[in-house]
Amino acid sequence: MTTYYTNEHEWISVDGDVGTVGITKFAAEKLGDVVFVELPDAGKAVKKDADMAVVESVKAASDVYAPVTGEIVEGNAAIVDEPAKVNEDPEGAGWFVKIKLADKGQLSGLMDKAAYDAFCATQ
Amino acid sequence: MTMNSTGRPTSISANGGSGTDVTVSGSKGLLQAEGLIFEIGSSDKTGVDLPKPKGTKSRLGGVTRGAPSGLPGLTEPEAVRHYVRLSQKNYAIDLGLFPLGSCTMKHNPRLNEKMARLPGFADVHPMQPQATVQGALEVIEELADWLMKLTNMPAVAMTPKAGAHGELAGMLAIRAALIARGEGEKRKRVLVPVSAHGTNPATAAQCGFIIDEINAAADGRVDLEDLKSKLVDSSDVAGIMLTNPNTCGLFERDIKAIADLIHAAGGYFYCDGANFNAIVGRVRPGDLGVDAMHINLHKTFSTPHGGGGPGSGPTVLSAALAPYAPVPFITKTADGLRFVEHHSEAPDSFGRMCAFHGQMGMFTRALAYILSHGADGLRQVAEDAVLNANYILARLKPLMSPAFEGYCMHEALFSDAFLKDTGVETIDIAKGLIDEGYHPMTMYFPLVVHGAMLIEPTETESKAELDRFCDALASIARRAVQKDPSLKTAPHLAPARRLDETRAARSPRLKWTPETPTMKAAE
Repeated sequence: MTTYYTNEHEWISVDGDVGTVGITKFAAEKLGDVVFVELPDAGKAVKKDADMAVVESVKAASDVYAPVTGEIVEGNAAIVDEPAKVNEDPEGAGWFVKIKLADKGQLSGLMDKAAYDAFCATQ
Repeated sequence: MTMNSTGRPTSISANGGSGTDVTVSGSKGLLQAEGLIFEIGSSDKTGVDLPKPKGTKSRLGGVTRGAPSGLPGLTEPEAVRHYVRLSQKNYAIDLGLFPLGSCTMKHNPRLNEKMARLPGFADVHPMQPQATVQGALEVIEELADWLMKLTNMPAVAMTPKAGAHGELAGMLAIRAALIARGEGEKRKRVLVPVSAHGTNPATAAQCGFIIDEINAAADGRVDLEDLKSKLVDSSDVAGIMLTNPNTCGLFERDIKAIADLIHAAGGYFYCDGANFNAIVGRVRPGDLGVDAMHINLHKTFSTPHGGGGPGSGPTVLSAALAPYAPVPFITKTADGLRFVEHHSEAPDSFGRMCAFHGQMGMFTRALAYILSHGADGLRQVAEDAVLNANYILARLKPLMSPAFEGYCMHEALFSDAFLKDTGVETIDIAKGLIDEGYHPMTMYFPLVVHGAMLIEPTETESKAELDRFCDALASIARRAVQKDPSLKTAPHLAPARRLDETRAARSPRLKWTPETPTMKAAE
């Protein structure tokens, strides 16, 4: 399973043709305490770089963008009920959605862990 | 001990300076502790003691309330004290500088209030015969005339009741115009810069449009290249919603070019006029190619807002959009003024936005403000508002980090760059201001600036007051840079300490519930 990162601070961990998507630890720390999450319904088509979900913290509301084009397989109901999970474990139990990838070729345009860490250092 | 003639101690140390800040009553000094009205009231009290009716039979046909209503009963002095105590916990423009950015919290001259309270304006009913309210109609008509003159626009919808309602009026007019062109289904995309007010994309979405965001350039203004790229295929573009001056407190220098690009693409130009205070009397939006713009009477023309009164958002329209203006609007006839209210007389109108004719009290106040200031006075309003904001920017520049280079318009915007590695955040600066006796500035907005602090002093403040505010904020900034840990727990001197905003948002308690199931309540 390989994890890729976007410059909008989303991660996607791909297993077969399904990717699990969330926001990075860096993003969760910048946002502060998350108080609300809105996820797309299963079956919804999402487009790479377009709004997919909403995350609201005590500081601000932000859009979460789809790192790839595809179809939503499942949303993480646990973070809707308990938004604190996003802060506790953003790159694990605090995942947002699972997406069935339409084109795995899109992954090659994303960053790996080392490139993302270097990118964060410039932010 | 120094004693005066009646034996009363006169030095502070003689009777204070030590002891605990916890009191038996819960009050602190002369600031009263106050519970919820439900906690104070009880069923056995009432403000007016009326004799119990004798020998009357219920005519409610069996639908009489069976259980207590749960409403609290209070005596008149208790009710008066409750609301006066709450009002003393409030912060208002009548109490001090209100630096909330993007909100134009300015002084409402008392002359406005005197005019609005004249019985001929204050006591009219929206359903009384129009022949009996000709003076009130003339006020609306004259105000409309001034708003059109100040913006150089040919039409104005007076009924919208707030800024976002005015945006809705403008966008509904744009939608009606597109439908009339036969392009209602085709043109669905509305361009909104990231520096626009948050209500702009919300309004466009409410009208069924799709939002397409335009980036900001490094100087905080619309990225013209990004805009052009979004217009390469413009057959689906309905228009643009732009705030000018924008939420970064900057004038959109390319506004004329933006208007031309949008018009060439077949779209309309909505301008958010919430920041009109910065340019009133100096710039006429009609000269810039604007098709629709709301004017917040409660900002630019000083009528009270923020809990002090209703808003009012008249919307000026270009010749292209004027036919689609909402009803009712006033027309002149041989017998005087009257409202055009129905489809038969305004077949192209997109319809009606509210039950009656708009906010009469706000109209009277705004007209009083315009007439008492005159053209030169209004121009000075804009000039002083911009000067005051730039004074704050210049004074705090050495200590804080301005978000953008150069002068600002009516609001000074700082980022949290100066707080890097201090552990102090924007929210701590805001809380520190409360201890200094000021309402915090707008924080974490606009989103394009990290940890934004947006300060709009308005023209209301004198140099002396601006200096006091800058001294307070400068001292907080210095403490922040020195990593003063007490800022992280501010406010220390306010009636309530730092609130748990996370818990309040995650598990809000929005309804009072009695502690015991058998509640005492008034009937």
